[in-house]
Amino acid sequence: MFTINARGVYYKELNQMVRQALSDGAGEILIKNVNGQCYIADALRGSVRFTLEGTPGNNLAAYMDGPEVIIRGNAQDAVANTMNSGTIVIHGDAGDTLGYAMRGGEIFVRGNAGYRAGIHLKEYGSKIPLIVVGGKTGDFLGEYMAGGIIAVLGEPDGLNSVGRWCGTGMHGGVMYIRGEVPDYHLGNEVRICKPDAGDEAILSGILSRFRRHFKLSVATYDLQSFIKLVPKSNRPYGNVYVDF
Amino acid sequence: MGFGKRALYAIERDSESCTHCRICVRQCANGVYRLNPNTAKVTSDEAACVNCRRCVEFCPAGALAIRPALAETISNSFWTRQDLRAIQSQADSGGILLVGMGGGSSIPSYFDRMLLNASQVTNPSIDPLREPMELRTFLGRKPVRLELDEKGRPLGLPPQLELELPVLFSAMSFGSVSLNTVKALAAAAQSEQTCYNTGEGGLHRDLYPFGKNTICQVASGRFGVDIDYLNAGAAIEIKIGQGAKPGIGGHLPGEKVGDDVSETRMIPLGSDAISPAPHHDIYSIEDLRQLVFSLKEATVYAKPIIVKIAAVHNVAAIASGIARAGADIIAIDGCRGGTGAAPLRTREHVGIPIELALAAVDSRLRAEGIRGEVSLVAGGGIRHSADVVKAIALGADAVYIATSALIALGCRLCQKCYTGRCGWGIATQVPELVQRLDAEEGARRAANLLRAWKHEIKEMLGGMGINALESLRGNRLMLRGVGMSDNELRVLGIRAAGE
Repeated sequence: MFTINARGVYYKELNQMVRQALSDGAGEILIKNVNGQCYIADALRGSVRFTLEGTPGNNLAAYMDGPEVIIRGNAQDAVANTMNSGTIVIHGDAGDTLGYAMRGGEIFVRGNAGYRAGIHLKEYGSKIPLIVVGGKTGDFLGEYMAGGIIAVLGEPDGLNSVGRWCGTGMHGGVMYIRGEVPDYHLGNEVRICKPDAGDEAILSGILSRFRRHFKLSVATYDLQSFIKLVPKSNRPYGNVYVDF
Repeated sequence: MGFGKRALYAIERDSESCTHCRICVRQCANGVYRLNPNTAKVTSDEAACVNCRRCVEFCPAGALAIRPALAETISNSFWTRQDLRAIQSQADSGGILLVGMGGGSSIPSYFDRMLLNASQVTNPSIDPLREPMELRTFLGRKPVRLELDEKGRPLGLPPQLELELPVLFSAMSFGSVSLNTVKALAAAAQSEQTCYNTGEGGLHRDLYPFGKNTICQVASGRFGVDIDYLNAGAAIEIKIGQGAKPGIGGHLPGEKVGDDVSETRMIPLGSDAISPAPHHDIYSIEDLRQLVFSLKEATVYAKPIIVKIAAVHNVAAIASGIARAGADIIAIDGCRGGTGAAPLRTREHVGIPIELALAAVDSRLRAEGIRGEVSLVAGGGIRHSADVVKAIALGADAVYIATSALIALGCRLCQKCYTGRCGWGIATQVPELVQRLDAEEGARRAANLLRAWKHEIKEMLGGMGINALESLRGNRLMLRGVGMSDNELRVLGIRAAGE
C-alpha cells in the first residue's frame, strides 16, 4: 500500500502526488490526515483503491471512472459529481449534491446526506447508479432524477427519512425510502407505490452490501417498512409548451 | 370554441405552370401538400405551412410562391397580429409559447448605430491583398509577467486556444441539430483552424477526430460528460446561460432522443433531456470556481476553461467574478442569440444586447486591472464581418456565431427548429430530413463563409491602417456612434460621429 500524508498539503500538490503514485503503479493508496483538500480522485480510471483518513473537500471523485474510495470520516459537497463508475464508501456524513449527474457506480453513506442528493442521477445501458444513505437526507432528494436507484434507510428511527420536495422533476429511476413520506413533501412528478417482490430482492441485495461495507452485523429491516417512489412520467414537461 | 389553427402564409400555385409532379408533396416536411387521388391534382393545407421555402426552391416549374396571409386578424399599431395570435394560441392551449432561432424584436441594434474609422492622409491605410495582415487569435489567460528558462523559452504559459481568425462556431448540441450539421461545422472549423462547440449534446463517436477544433460543453444536465469527453476537446465550456433564454435551461424533448442521441448523451432512449438553468452545485462565484477547478484538475490544467453566460443587467460584475473564479475565457451571449427552442417571452424580453454588455464587461475588467487574465468571446447577433470588427473594437477577443453559420448551411430562418421537422436537414433527427444536408457540402459552405469574412475583416483593418487584429482589440477610437443618447455612448465608451 502506498501512503501519502496530506497534512498541510495544498490540494493541487496532493492530487499531483496521487497521479504520480498511480503512474508509479500504486494499486492501493492510503491518504492520511486529509483536511478539506478538494478534487481527490477526480477523473481517475482503473481499479485502484483509495482509503482517506480525515475529511476530504468538495468534488471528491468527480468524473471518476472505476476506482474505489473509502472515506473514514465525513465527506463534503458534490461527492461523485458526474461519476461514471466506481465505488464510494463514506463512513460518516455526506454534504450537498451527493452524486450529481452520476451515471454509474455506487455510493454508500453510513450517516446522513445533505440537500439535493442524487440530483440528475442518470442511467445508460448497463450502467445503473446506486446511492444508499444510511441516515436521513435533506430537501430535494433525487431532483431531476433520470435513472438509477436511491435507497434511504432513515437511521436511527426510520422516521422523516427525507426532506421536502423529494423527487421534484424526477423522470426516471426509482427510490426506496424507509418509513412514510407525507404527500406534501413529495414533488409533483412522483408517486408512491408499494415495493413488489422484485423490489424486495433488489433492496435486500442493497442492504446486505451496505452491511458488508460498514461491517454491521445487525441492522436488518422489515422490507415492508419501505416505500417506493417512481416518476409519474418520463416526459414530465412534455405538455407545457405550445407552438406559436 | 377554439380559434383553430390559422394560416400565416398563403400558398400561390400557378395553375398554368404546375404539372402536379408531386415534388412539393415529397419535399414538404410539414405535410402541407397532398395529391387528391380523384382529381390527380395537388392541394394545400396552408395552416401547416411554416414558410421554410423548401417547396418553392424545389419546384421544377417555379409554380409556387408563399406570401404572408392577408387579413388573418384585425390589428393596429399597438395590438399587433403577433399579439393577437399569441393570445388566441394560449386561450386554446394554456401553454407557454415556444419559438426557435434568434428574436426579431424591435429593440435597437447598436451594431447598426456604430461606424468604423478609416485612414485618410496621415496614417496610411494598408492593402491586405499585398501586405501581411495578422488575424491569428489566442484565447486564454495571459500571464502578468513572462518567465523564461535558460534557453529563453517561456515557462508555465497558461493553455491557449489558437485560432486563425477571431470567429468560432458557438454551442449547438447534437440533438437540437442533426449529426450532419455538427459534422459540417466541425469540418469547417478544422479546415479554417478555429473551433466549433458541442453544446450540451455530448460528443458523437464520429467527431472525436475533430478534437483539436472542438470545445466540449458542460451544462447542468452533464449530458455525455465523461473522462474521454473532457479530454477530447481543445477547451471546456461551462454553460451557465444562453442569450436567447437567460435564466432558462435546456430541454430536449424525448422524441428527439433516438439511438444516436441517446448514445451520445448517455441517456435512455426517448427520455426527456432536462438541463435546468441552475447548476445546483453552483450558488456563488466560489462554487463556480470549484466547478472550474474540478475540470482543470480532471484535465490536468492542459485546457482553457470557458464560462458562458447570457448578457444580463449586472453582466460586468458577474464577469469580474468569473474572471476571479479562475475561468480562462468568458463567453457572453447577447439577447439576439439563437436557439433551438426558447419561451417566446423570455427570448423577446430578457437580457441585454451584446454590444452594451461587451463594452461594459471590457471596461469593468480594465478598470479592475484583470482584463488580461481572461479572454472575451462575444456572441448573440453577429450577422457579418463588420459586426465582428465592431465587437472586437468594443473589446472582444473573438466572436461566436451560430445563426449565421446555420444560414450558410441552408437555414431559411423559418424559426421552427423546435418542431424537429426542419425541411433543410438542420434542426431535425428524422432520418429522411437529416440526409437532405450533405455534411461535406455544408462544411464547404461554412468554411467559405469564414474565409469570406476573414478577407473582409482584413479589408476593414487595412482601411483603418491596422495590420494586426491585436491592435484593434478594445480600440474604441475606431468606433463612432450615430443616433444614440449620451448614456448609450457612455456605456459603449465611444464618441458620437463627428466628435
